[in-house]
Amino acid sequence: MTLAPELQRIDIHPTHSYQGYRMRIGRAFPFGASFVPGGVNFSIYSRFATACTLVLFEKGEPTPMVEIPFPPEFRIGNVFTMIVFDLGYENVEYGYRMDGPFDPTNGHRFDPTKILTDPYAKVIGGRDVWGKQPDWDDIYQHRARLVYDDFDWESDRPLETPMEDLVVYEMHVRGFTQHPSARVRHPGTFAAIREKIPYLKELGVNCVELMPIFEFDEFENSKTSPVTGETLYNYWGYSQVGFFAPKAGFAATGRMGMQVDELKTLIKDLHRNGIEVMLDVVFNHTAEGNEQGPSISYRGIDNKSYYMLTPEGYYYNFSGCGNTLNCNNPLVRNMIVDCLRYWAEEYHIDGFRFDLASILSRDQNGAPLANPPLLETLAFDPVLAKCKLVAEAWDAGGLYQVGSFPAHGRWAEWNGKYRDDIRKFLKGDGSVGAAAQRLQGSPDLYSHAGRGATASINFITAHDGFSLADMVSYNEKHNFANGENNNDGGNDNDSWNCGWEGPTEDIGINQLRRRQIKNAVAMLMVSQGVPMIVMGDEVARTQQGNNNTYCQDNALNWLDWSLVQENSEIFRFFQNMIGFRNAHPVLRGNGHFRNSDYMGCGYPDISWHGAQAWNADWSDGAKTLAFMLSGQHAKGGTVSDNDVYVAFNMHWESQHFGLPGLPEGYKWHVFANTAAPEDSYTPGLEPELAEQSHLLLGSRSVAILVSKWVG
Amino acid sequence: MQIKTTRLGEVTVAEIGGDIDGKSAPAAQAELLPLAGPNCKLIFDMATVEYMSSAGLRMLLSVRRQINNGGRLVLVNLPEQIQDTMAITGFLDFFTIYPNLAEGLAAFELEVEEVRL
Repeated sequence: MTLAPELQRIDIHPTHSYQGYRMRIGRAFPFGASFVPGGVNFSIYSRFATACTLVLFEKGEPTPMVEIPFPPEFRIGNVFTMIVFDLGYENVEYGYRMDGPFDPTNGHRFDPTKILTDPYAKVIGGRDVWGKQPDWDDIYQHRARLVYDDFDWESDRPLETPMEDLVVYEMHVRGFTQHPSARVRHPGTFAAIREKIPYLKELGVNCVELMPIFEFDEFENSKTSPVTGETLYNYWGYSQVGFFAPKAGFAATGRMGMQVDELKTLIKDLHRNGIEVMLDVVFNHTAEGNEQGPSISYRGIDNKSYYMLTPEGYYYNFSGCGNTLNCNNPLVRNMIVDCLRYWAEEYHIDGFRFDLASILSRDQNGAPLANPPLLETLAFDPVLAKCKLVAEAWDAGGLYQVGSFPAHGRWAEWNGKYRDDIRKFLKGDGSVGAAAQRLQGSPDLYSHAGRGATASINFITAHDGFSLADMVSYNEKHNFANGENNNDGGNDNDSWNCGWEGPTEDIGINQLRRRQIKNAVAMLMVSQGVPMIVMGDEVARTQQGNNNTYCQDNALNWLDWSLVQENSEIFRFFQNMIGFRNAHPVLRGNGHFRNSDYMGCGYPDISWHGAQAWNADWSDGAKTLAFMLSGQHAKGGTVSDNDVYVAFNMHWESQHFGLPGLPEGYKWHVFANTAAPEDSYTPGLEPELAEQSHLLLGSRSVAILVSKWVG
Repeated sequence: MQIKTTRLGEVTVAEIGGDIDGKSAPAAQAELLPLAGPNCKLIFDMATVEYMSSAGLRMLLSVRRQINNGGRLVLVNLPEQIQDTMAITGFLDFFTIYPNLAEGLAAFELEVEEVRL
């Protein structure tokens, strides 16, 4: 067989030249910079710009090597597009100057003296090494670069783990391994996470949710701590410079510009180990802040399109961070869709958690929409069809949509009510009725809309707020180290210090705290829905009472790996609880309970119990609750599992629980009792319970039983 | 960037030195690619490579991709830092490496032995 010789395209030849650079008109799609035969296609849109100039730098140089104005004939509609030939991919940095009106009252802030970053930049230089002081006199701070999207994924693809089977581990890339005790080759990087995959597997989680990894500026609003004198950074990174570029400073190879390969290698390796990757994405605002903020990109390119503006031309601040991205503007909406598709396709990302997602449901004037087009588009997008979509269903402008986020059968929510009700129940307040709803996957919030238990991401702690150990050690926040007079961070913590504020030598208090930590994770892992834990809670990590460590690049945020040994008791309990959940499909339904025996096995799918079996105490002030899940009804009756019985005693005294009887030949076995010296057993190796008819459960503790055939 | 090619029995050894980056990678590729013919027995001795950028690693992998099932490429004397970068960025997964030239050559001899047996 002979192959036809490859014909050259006739459109690969330059038609124009400018100061020795050869060009021709480019293609509008894809937006951004992409490689074409012989050159690079640059494409950028602006609704209101009158002219645009492409600014090219030799990598790292202070002055441009050339500034090429787009000839008028290179503009298609509102898109400026140009192919520049013979550009080396590694050595070029590019930006734009945009001309147009500077008329803030009417929403325009064009300023051709600024060099602007491409909103579609896939690699951004300028902050290549975390914490390295940038050159503040540089005329172009966040430098767009070119990248080959040619990673060899071999057979890897997103895992598509069923939602109900996920156990999510929320983590900060730097915080996970920056502490010296991590003993990794490149602390604080994507590469270092790879070294710690065995730890994640040992713990049993199967999804990591990475706090923001899009390029941000850790120096944004940096200042000195009044308490420690340390530099305070934009450490968490909830403030994006670019949405398509991974944070260079999180890559050991960031100084070489290889963060794309490093991150993809991490994702491939996590997938190989059965661990999904979810990204925390922040589309509610950008790093440009309010009227006083820097012109990095969007403001100078198309202010009126990218931002929600007041009638006077000021920035709406529904994000609490100075500006609000105009998510339901058709242009911005398309950019967000392009961005998520890029991460799903090019990085094999398994899911996205949307920070302050309620902003995505506001119209261009900030009013909530009944059917926000962006949310619908994302729900039905073919590329994103198997990605998990998770909303933080509120914003800083007062919108609270837990239970009512426009879901289209696709969206799950960070269930803030789960956190609040379970915390209250845990410390002996609140109502058992509310706790019962949360344990069942919050049918009160979701079933009316036909949404199953997997609509609920259950969590007791998250990066916002106290760590779990602090939640049982502090009544009040202690945020002075943040330099805001303790005014930052939430005040509604529903925490309880167990009798002393902060660290103590009191053995009784410390025992109670450990038990409360175990009680919390026990509640989480037996709840229907998707459990999420936060990095370090499994080893009782403390933030010393700081409930808003967004700016702390130090031990307040870094996981101290010596705790794995020191608090091995807590780690082992987490491990067993996760293992137990994984072993029992009856804990992982995707629908809701029907409160009936539709399998005809003699037990309803869920039943409630108390001091007497079959008789729960729903009265005000009740502090105990027990339930039994019938194994025959696991996953809607499609699989068979053991029966599971769980008792919560949140009273300060021991309480009796009557146990529901089991069919002939079955006996209750003890998986966990947080009041007992042996707090839990390896799933599958649970010993038989001596007394089968009732249980005396110690103060503030949880027991979990499992039925087994004994003949 | 310099490349010196020698032949040791059936094995071709290319000693690569200097910086392999966006500027020099195309020239390096032009020299190395012809060595990657059918049934090639190829060793790249990296001892004197000072810097290997993303473009350099892509060039190496693209040479590696040209080698069919009958041919074989091994890398020897990889400087530690380059090996580390290759490990972090996933490139190392696609190469066989040996600590030094002698072991690299021995690997080919071993292969010959195996074929004879």
